[in-house]
Amino acid sequence: MRGWRALCILLPFLGILSCGKQEHQRPVGRVSDKPAYGDSFVVGSIGEPSNLIPILASDSASHDVAGQVFNGLVRYDKNLRLEGELAESWDISPDGLTITFHLRHGVTWHDGQPFTSRDVLYTYRVTVDPKTPTAYADAFKQVKRAEAPDSYTFRVTYDKPFAPALESWGMGILPAHLLEGKDITKSDLSRRPIGTGPYIFREWEPGQRIVLEANPAYFEGKPYISRYVYRIIPDNASLYLELKAGGVDMMGLSPVQYQRQTNTGEFLSRFSKYRYPSFSYVYLGYNLRHPLFSDRRVRQALTSAIDKEEIVRGVLLGMGKVAHGPYKPGTWAYNPDIHDFNYDPDRARTLLAEAGWRARNADGILMKDGKPFTFTILTNQGNDLRLRTAQVVQYRLRKIGIDVRIRVVEWASFLSHFIDKGNFEAIILGWTIGQDPDQFDIWHSSKTGPKELNFIGYKNPEVDRLLEEGRGTFDQEKRQRAYWRFQEILAIDQPYTFLYVPDALPAVSARFHGIEPAPAGIMYNFIKWYVPKEEQLY
Amino acid sequence: MDYSCTDLSTLNSELFMIRYLAKRLLMMIPLLVGITIITFGVIHLAPGEPVEMQIAMNPKVTAEARERLRKFYGLDRPLHVQYLTWVTRLARLDFGRSFAPDNRPVIDKVRERLPVTLSLNLIELILVFGLAVPIGVLAAVRRDTVYDKGTTLFVFLGFAVPTFWLALLLMYLFGVKLGWIPISGLHSLGYKTHGFWWQLWDLARHLVLPISVATFGGLAGLSRYMRSSMLEVIGQDYIVTARAKGLPERVVVWRHALRNALLPVITLLGLSIPGLIGGSVIFETIFAIPGMGQLFYGGVMARDYPLVMGILVIGAALTLVGNLLADLGYALADPRIRAGSEGGGSR
Repeated sequence: MRGWRALCILLPFLGILSCGKQEHQRPVGRVSDKPAYGDSFVVGSIGEPSNLIPILASDSASHDVAGQVFNGLVRYDKNLRLEGELAESWDISPDGLTITFHLRHGVTWHDGQPFTSRDVLYTYRVTVDPKTPTAYADAFKQVKRAEAPDSYTFRVTYDKPFAPALESWGMGILPAHLLEGKDITKSDLSRRPIGTGPYIFREWEPGQRIVLEANPAYFEGKPYISRYVYRIIPDNASLYLELKAGGVDMMGLSPVQYQRQTNTGEFLSRFSKYRYPSFSYVYLGYNLRHPLFSDRRVRQALTSAIDKEEIVRGVLLGMGKVAHGPYKPGTWAYNPDIHDFNYDPDRARTLLAEAGWRARNADGILMKDGKPFTFTILTNQGNDLRLRTAQVVQYRLRKIGIDVRIRVVEWASFLSHFIDKGNFEAIILGWTIGQDPDQFDIWHSSKTGPKELNFIGYKNPEVDRLLEEGRGTFDQEKRQRAYWRFQEILAIDQPYTFLYVPDALPAVSARFHGIEPAPAGIMYNFIKWYVPKEEQLY
Repeated sequence: MDYSCTDLSTLNSELFMIRYLAKRLLMMIPLLVGITIITFGVIHLAPGEPVEMQIAMNPKVTAEARERLRKFYGLDRPLHVQYLTWVTRLARLDFGRSFAPDNRPVIDKVRERLPVTLSLNLIELILVFGLAVPIGVLAAVRRDTVYDKGTTLFVFLGFAVPTFWLALLLMYLFGVKLGWIPISGLHSLGYKTHGFWWQLWDLARHLVLPISVATFGGLAGLSRYMRSSMLEVIGQDYIVTARAKGLPERVVVWRHALRNALLPVITLLGLSIPGLIGGSVIFETIFAIPGMGQLFYGGVMARDYPLVMGILVIGAALTLVGNLLADLGYALADPRIRAGSEGGGSR
């Protein structure tokens, strides 16, 4: 389950649970450091979970809570490598078509029933059942045959090798004995889940909180912290006040809160602040079907004219990194040798002149065939950072003679009136970066249809081939080669101007010990967190 | 002789009332149908679909999965079929199931949140009326004095100050700086292990801030209304007569004048009935109160059609009932209308 955080698309700035390691401020001089059982951990969230059956929910709040209650067969470890969770190990056949999972013995559901391959088979079947309203059937649909030869073996066979397949088995496994033969959409489990995970569901007070209790029989040992409380506080300002008042133990800070409002000695003595790159990036995307942007040189010029460092400094207050491609710096798929176009307005002018933008009108705007170079950047409402980013871009492009207008649109009409109809010139949006580097759906030329994710209309035969190659093998070296080359091509083609990777900035109450920031963030070892006896509050 | 005459007129007016009531109730049916058609049309005109709002921009979702979800919710059928399905269910008082991923019955979602909103609004309504009426009356009696000017300033301050701003300031002062009261939510963690009185005290501590802020914001309208209504009454001849009789000022103002000045306020009271089930989004969001406002707002943002329609229909029905009650209350309180003609019904 823990691998499924990548699902929280477009919420990068709340990404408490994202990953990497950078910096960590922690109060010093604490008294004791002995692990002890007890206390509650209260996490504040803007959104309320919608459904605690993992395959039925697509919001990050649901997956945050369900992730503590359910386990997948596999998960990402602290270094973002896949490891077994409910599966002790797995074998991939030499041709890459069959995966055999060897399941853990002695795992029990929270109601005491044993966990077996029947549960895995059920989870697979219900997910691909056309009557189940799930958004996650596609990876499982690639499966040609699924079978459970015995209670602790589960085998799947694919038509062709499919690398993201392994990750897809990180989906939470559901209890067959409670669901088989019933309508999953009307099941009680969506409000009162029963899983195999480290925490047992206790109660849900709608709109207020969800309380989970430590599972004494958890197969990796009983978690130290007795209760995991998920509090719903829909307003960010109230959430922040609650944190300061002690009503909440952890929240994701905004750059302003991190940099300007939480540096008092009082705050630092009560909270540890963490900082690491989140699994997301923000980009300026061009509609490649639009005549303005069909020329690659124009896109290269636009990237050259934008000072990405300035955006990171001005908009994120330094709490982020410049992006050069669609992968997170430091992960194996990220190509560190990419030569993107750095800030160089002179090169921008030269490139534009080559593309035919030479003349200028009375306002100093570049002209070609009697038309001025002017376009509109669209972005979605409710994200201040993106709006401010657009303003910095506007300022920089005006300097080289391009007139940019900014339009902020409500999310629903943004999608239906502009994106789905291809009715836009440029957009500022963000993507969550999945742990698996497969980005077929965003860049492959077969995904340019209406409502598909390659809405900018990017088509490059070599990229198509590389993407197919990358998902068609389990060999990490081959995959890395394909994705590194893919990034080189993107850096030249510039279908997007990749802008920045924002930092995740969680603050956690200092009474929690045992937090070890890693590439996977801080939450991966939550069951090992503890509060020393004399500091326990609840 | 006199008595039978009165009886006859009472009977007459009773008959009139019943006929009038029946007519009004029957009129409500086409009105409600019209409201459902219009709201159904409007919500479907808004861009975006429930499915879109759930899964748009998610790389793991293909077109096929999208179609599967649309089919599950019945969004693939023509609009009039969707309306008819919905309205036939409604006729059986079934509000359908929410289009959110939890797929719960709409009525459950409403039932879960209605008590909180209802009781908060009721307390607020009582406080507002309890405070605004005396404020308005005194302002009218002591017209143009410092008291009048002062209360005017006070109530308009409440009206003009943005609620969220005041709320955040008070939360910071009382919750963070002084640490006297909890900042948001309704209950403390683990409140269920305590006794009834402790729980009540806990709830009161959580509610004191939201209720005071809301009441403060709601005083202006009613107290000004009360003041002008009172001013009108206080200039009437019978008040002069009452004073001339030598009645104490207290009796003149609070018994003779107030009774008549309160009449328009009854209308206001009736009109605030539908408001009882609606909550303010900003307000509930800031104080993390799980009420109807948040539910409705979330429903609209997620294009959860059954939920939105359900709340709107309940709201519309209550508005109609509220109007009717206001008119009836008016008729009961004012003999002129009771005995009068058909025209008595309208506000």
